Amino acid sequence: MSHSAQHDHPHQEPQLSFWRKYIFATDHKVIGLQYGISGLLFLFFGFCLMMLMRWQLAYPGQPLPVIGKLFGETNMPGGVMLPEFYNQLGAMHGTIMVFLGIVPIVVGAFGNFIVPLQIGAPDMAFPKLNMASYWFFFAGGVIMLISFFVPGGAASSGWTSYTPLADIATTGQTMWILGMVCLINSSLLGAVNFIATIIQLRAKGMTFMRLPFFVWAELITAFLLLLAFPPLEAAGVLQLMDRVAHTSFFLPSGLVVSGEPLNISGGGSPLLWQHLFWFLAHPEVYVLILPAMGMITEVIANNIRKPIWGYKAMVYSIIFLGFLSFIVWAHHMYLTNMGTVISAFFQATTMIISIPSVVILTALFLSLWGASMRFPTTMLFALAFLPMFGIGGLTGLPLGLSMSDIHLHDTYYVIAHFHYIVAPGTIFAIFAAIYHWFPKVTGRKMNELLGKIHFWPSLICMNMIFIPMFIQGMAGVSRRLYDGGAGYAHAQGVLHWNVFISHAAWTLALAQIPFIINIFWSMYKGEKVNENPWGATTLEWATPNPPPHGNFAQLPEVFRGPYEYSVPGAQKDFTPQYQKEL
Amino acid sequence: MEGIPYTVERHPETGVFNAKLGVWLFLASEVMLFGALFSTYILLRVGALEWPHGSSILNVPIGTFNTMVLITSSVTVVMAWASLKMKNLNKYKLFMGLTILLALTFLVVKAFEYGAKFEHHNFPSKSTFLAIYFTLTGLHGLHVLGGIVVNSYFWGPGARMWQTDPERFTNRIEVAGLYWHFVDLVWIFLFPVLYLL
Repeated sequence: MSHSAQHDHPHQEPQLSFWRKYIFATDHKVIGLQYGISGLLFLFFGFCLMMLMRWQLAYPGQPLPVIGKLFGETNMPGGVMLPEFYNQLGAMHGTIMVFLGIVPIVVGAFGNFIVPLQIGAPDMAFPKLNMASYWFFFAGGVIMLISFFVPGGAASSGWTSYTPLADIATTGQTMWILGMVCLINSSLLGAVNFIATIIQLRAKGMTFMRLPFFVWAELITAFLLLLAFPPLEAAGVLQLMDRVAHTSFFLPSGLVVSGEPLNISGGGSPLLWQHLFWFLAHPEVYVLILPAMGMITEVIANNIRKPIWGYKAMVYSIIFLGFLSFIVWAHHMYLTNMGTVISAFFQATTMIISIPSVVILTALFLSLWGASMRFPTTMLFALAFLPMFGIGGLTGLPLGLSMSDIHLHDTYYVIAHFHYIVAPGTIFAIFAAIYHWFPKVTGRKMNELLGKIHFWPSLICMNMIFIPMFIQGMAGVSRRLYDGGAGYAHAQGVLHWNVFISHAAWTLALAQIPFIINIFWSMYKGEKVNENPWGATTLEWATPNPPPHGNFAQLPEVFRGPYEYSVPGAQKDFTPQYQKEL
Repeated sequence: MEGIPYTVERHPETGVFNAKLGVWLFLASEVMLFGALFSTYILLRVGALEWPHGSSILNVPIGTFNTMVLITSSVTVVMAWASLKMKNLNKYKLFMGLTILLALTFLVVKAFEYGAKFEHHNFPSKSTFLAIYFTLTGLHGLHVLGGIVVNSYFWGPGARMWQTDPERFTNRIEVAGLYWHFVDLVWIFLFPVLYLL
């Protein structure tokens, strides 16, 4: 085995103060951890907002026991939630989960930590930009949190901030825009950095078709962030002008609010906001899912001990997905008056985009064929991702056809559909990635028993939450009702599911306790492991645990593809990329 | 940062150093930003019942003057970079200083233009044309301001890098110049769209 890439001694650890090393850090691994810790905290916070909403949906109008009074008279007088507060929780749950939870974890944390290691680079191409990127994200998060305390509370017009509602909303909406501008700038700097790093800093011999699939996923994701986010920034500027300078970009003539005609110049277009918003937000869906696909590919390849089936097909599919994701956005808008011709176009593109997703999923399923698999917790989460994402994807097809979307639009069916992709999909991929790469960060494995206690209840609860939502949605229950549908005759037959879903959601919270215990316990007491505990082939496993500043004492050279497991005639059942002879 | 390859020398496959690729990517995102705003302009104008001719509200001679100012500054910023290529720091300082002065001239003229609009109560809230005019030119003005900050840094304290790492410093001016050209280019689209159409 060649040792050219492996070294026991950290290469000259520079003497940095605590502030430079851990707070204003430029090392990609420290920044990755910063993103990871902040992202997980925001994920938990967003989860708590949802649990509050679930109380109101299950028991409308009843005071929330024990903690209800803590939220103050303006939000929950006597512990009973006001509709305004419910709307804030809904809007901020979406915003926080997408922009402050999932994206920072899958791109900011794992992208930062793993990508430079996997391509054999000493760091990101622009370390200082990387730091700026994190602190923009941090500022955006703080602004979003502060917005709960301004008069009128946080943004309450949904995470989509549809106009004209958002134009006339309280101060919280202005805070939302400012927060989003910070988050967008953070993503832009990050995207520039990822693309430049992956194109320029690949180690010798690391051709594009030798890149691990996770790196490909991050590269395509970075392009989506780079090109899709600016239109939302433009839309945010226009909405800010509407709110602060009283322009009418999104306000049509003759608008009447609470019986009073608005004193505006008019002539604006509410539909324009939807176009600009979804031009970002549909590629954003792929920002949430592509890195997750990359992560589970790494985990699955490692645990099936044989090459991934159809690696090249997967790469071409993900590139195609990236291109196509820019021309499907208006399938979110069939119920607006944009016209049937445009609807027909976007139906066609939407059906086409399902093909590359199916290719990737099929390749992963076929990879399992005939493998002698290992089943550590990380693999369980990765395997669970496949059917969960499958359900999420397939239930999206009726939403992509305008005929069936007329019935399903804005019902709980939509909620169930995209949560299947993001919650038991992407979040399970995040769990898989945490269990998989934990040894690289800490030098210790996570506990397997606690891991399994975490996995099985999580899987069951996720399905208990979202399957009933399909039933409610098909019955026509709207997703934005403060009373969960109690006021509607057609919802009566499926109302009892509200209590069931809420209890499943709270049980899901309990199921995360073993995970939290596991993280802290394993950091100090977990089984100590060597630098390549899983017998993996990619370059991040060629560095010590944790990798020192600069990662590799001398830059590695790559001789083979990313998933050479069980190569006939090889000494071991894995042949690392940096190994020259079999 | 020591150890990161291709900060100065070109990558053999891509033919560029890291920062040059980085700034092109950044400019691609800027194209999407202004592209969205220009699309907004088109959509709102197509949907409007009436739309004023730009020259009936805006001052075309002043706009033309500002266009010339920015185009000249694009020339001087190239001269600044070329001076560094010819290892002449003094000439660089002269041309970079001129670039900054021209940019400041642009902003001062723009400020007077804004002032004249406000005097006649032509605020953004008055009509959709004025709204998009102030938004587009305001955002462009912020980009000019950003360019001034960056170029001033390279004219003043940042120029010390010439003593320690002249090649890298020259690269930095090239990258800053690319950004500056983009800011000019945006104006070259803005001027006819807003003033002449």
